Amino acid sequence: MLRFIVRRLLQLIPILLGLSILLFAWLRALPGGPALAALGERATPQRIAEYNEAFGLNEPVYVQYLKFLGRAVQLDFGTSARTGQSVTSEFFLRFPGTIELTLFAMAFAIGVGIPLGYLAAKKHGGFVDNASVIGSLLGVTIPVFFLAYLLRLVFAVELGWLPGSGRQDVRIDATHITNFYVLDGLLTREWDAAWDALTHLVLPGVALGTIPLAIIVRITRAAVLDVVNEDYVRTANAKGLATTTVRNRHVVRNALLPVSTTIGLQTGLLLSGAVLTETVFAFGGVGSALRQAISDRDYALLQGFILILAVVYVLVNLLVDVSYGLLDPRVRTR
Amino acid sequence: MHRRPTRVLAVSAATLTALSMAACASSDREETSAGGGESSGGTFVFGAAGDPTMFDPAFATDGESFRVTRQIYEGLLTNVEGSADLAPALAESYEASEDGLTYTFDLRDDVTFHDGTPFDAEAVCFNFERWYNFEGLAASPAASEYYQNNFGGFASTPDVPSLYAGCEATDEFTAQVQISQVTSRFPAVLALPSFAMQSPEALEQYDADELGGNGDALTYTEYALEHPTGTGPFRFDSWDQGNGEVTIVANEDYWGDAPGVSEIVFRSIADGNTRRQELQAGSIDGYDLVAPADYQTLQDGGFQVLPRDPFNILYLGMNGGNVEGTNANPALQDIRVRQAIAHAIDRETIVNSLLPEGAEEAIEFVPPAVDGWTEDVTTYDYDPDLSRQLLTEAGALNTTLRFYYPTDVSRPYLPDPAAMFEVISQNLTDAGFTIEPVSLPWNPDYLDAVSAGQADLHLLGWTGDYNDAYNFIGTFFADAGGGQMKAEFGGWSDQAVFDALAAGDAEPDIDARGELYAEANAAIMDFLPAVPVSHSPNALVVADDVEGLVPSPLSAEDFSTVTIGN
Repeated sequence: MLRFIVRRLLQLIPILLGLSILLFAWLRALPGGPALAALGERATPQRIAEYNEAFGLNEPVYVQYLKFLGRAVQLDFGTSARTGQSVTSEFFLRFPGTIELTLFAMAFAIGVGIPLGYLAAKKHGGFVDNASVIGSLLGVTIPVFFLAYLLRLVFAVELGWLPGSGRQDVRIDATHITNFYVLDGLLTREWDAAWDALTHLVLPGVALGTIPLAIIVRITRAAVLDVVNEDYVRTANAKGLATTTVRNRHVVRNALLPVSTTIGLQTGLLLSGAVLTETVFAFGGVGSALRQAISDRDYALLQGFILILAVVYVLVNLLVDVSYGLLDPRVRTR
Repeated sequence: MHRRPTRVLAVSAATLTALSMAACASSDREETSAGGGESSGGTFVFGAAGDPTMFDPAFATDGESFRVTRQIYEGLLTNVEGSADLAPALAESYEASEDGLTYTFDLRDDVTFHDGTPFDAEAVCFNFERWYNFEGLAASPAASEYYQNNFGGFASTPDVPSLYAGCEATDEFTAQVQISQVTSRFPAVLALPSFAMQSPEALEQYDADELGGNGDALTYTEYALEHPTGTGPFRFDSWDQGNGEVTIVANEDYWGDAPGVSEIVFRSIADGNTRRQELQAGSIDGYDLVAPADYQTLQDGGFQVLPRDPFNILYLGMNGGNVEGTNANPALQDIRVRQAIAHAIDRETIVNSLLPEGAEEAIEFVPPAVDGWTEDVTTYDYDPDLSRQLLTEAGALNTTLRFYYPTDVSRPYLPDPAAMFEVISQNLTDAGFTIEPVSLPWNPDYLDAVSAGQADLHLLGWTGDYNDAYNFIGTFFADAGGGQMKAEFGGWSDQAVFDALAAGDAEPDIDARGELYAEANAAIMDFLPAVPVSHSPNALVVADDVEGLVPSPLSAEDFSTVTIGN
């Protein structure tokens, strides 16, 4: 197992190197440039030249790249062109928000998706089944910004039950230690703040969770349908085991294997920044920072964030593989 | 181990329960805490469209930073509430010498900076000297763009002419500022937020000028990020960058009327729909840049839409091919062809169908609120028959014009470029032109092509910085060198226009200057280097219990007059 982990970690190096080259080339190919973004539409060519000179944008691209790489291996991704803060500190300022949102979205997707998928399989061809299939199709196809609009209209504007944007009510005086707001509230015993941060996760979490939810429902449904027709389930039923025992020991446990992989991959995806969801909910995470960076042509921040997120994604995948081994003895012994 | 599936289901059920509880329980909370009214404890929450950059106005260039610094700092001059006219601020009055090169400012004697430093003539000169002595990265165009655009060079760049020539504290509350030439920009620029007075002690304590540069960007100082210190009605409190929230609190020692709220939070909400829904939900008390389509919905919902007076211009640029290397259409050099274009445009339809309520047809290149606007200019009413007749006389019927318009952009003066192009293009076709459309992404393709003079016709505009006609017509039509206007306007050359503009800019007397600019406007509309189309307002919106916010044509709103929940 240890060798497996080390090998996977070593594979990260060429992946990151390739990704950094692609990113560097792509960002330089974007129309406009940091100079125009910073100086505005009336910038004279002379001003643009001065700007490029001041920030080393005149040097050949490969020189810029090598300089970037040299700093990046020391975890120095440069400075955000917009805020003037180091990219690494910008990342750690925003990543906790994205983690909280991801955890909530996945809790929602798993909490609703697995029971729904199971029920759909049990009532195969019935109303619940059809409804869940259609519902999950809708879940993947409804654009997030539209769903966000609807959710906010109903739960924030009309009913007034839930906050419609942000991570915490600005009128709450909360202490932030870890930047995980819910956790911070619990640590400092500011229950109000913790509760407020939790309620702020509901609408963006549900909007973000619909895609993994839809996928989890479909995978669970298919996996359960597969498993219930297996010989060992028939045997278990035939030897007179209680229905719940058959369900829990034989059906669900086996069906959950492919589901756990899906859950892992989806978690990795959501952690990589939910750009649209965070933007439409004005949620301060890495996704909204990425969107802002694209419109500002903030090269340093884009490069740094995307590279760090790639590492996160690969690590989450590694975790999925490892946990798969733990769940499935057949994989473990191999 | 065997029981895990049951646990998974149990956890699922618990999650669902928790979710629904969260929804229900928070409903009680929200009713008491949100609503922006009496329960807000004097906090005014304003939805901004983006994050600020930092809070040293001398280095800021963006509207969101200025919105905050305007509440923290004050300049020697300001604008009359709700207008672009100049008004006294930290200077109670000023006087220009006869030659117009020395300005004497009488300062208020009851002002202190937020850190306790007294505001006096020494502090004023300290600020002027600070700007003039920017060096290194602080003198780079990205850092001090406004200073360089308005004052020119620095002490360290003697080859670039400097408008600033010196400052002297003649007594504790009298400051004399010398300038090197008479220009209509001065002292109007002193009302710009960039030239607000900052505490000399705080600037020194936090090394405000020591900008760093690393890789692609400037790094701002502790002063600009954490300790901005002015004299304004609000003091800086905190900036939560992760959540895009800036908090400023009332300055108890303010020399003027105490602010109406004890705290203002500027929340960055990039998406326009989200801003509107958050206002409707009561999470914010107001926001900027209301979409024209939302005016009615918001008003019907009891919200106050506050349109700003139009302070911009949309024009149709024309390029007659005086610039080498461009293949602009020489037919436009015939004044009758330009007149035909001007008569072909149906401004009334444009204003009524494409622009927000309150938009006006433009008869010249400055909005009516600007000194120097005049009715006495040649006007070009919508008359397609006359256009066709002029074209026939000029032998230019069916002339093909390459008409450039931008994509991927919405500007205050041009909310929907494609729709604007469609209407004007149809107008011109009806009048007897053949239009060849060219659409380009706004930045940089469109701006590059248009400013290089590639387009026969193009759509562009301008929003004013202060109440001065030169800020509009000088920017467009002054001699850009070699006796020609800039390439965007095809290098048109008209001495009458150049002379009128130069005379206006060099006139120290404001009333006389207004008359000279009126003459310049008349000369421009006779020569017709481009066609003015419209002036469009934009708007703020606030909840029904918010009072005292006066919209400014310069987007320079003073939030200290805001009260909520009365």
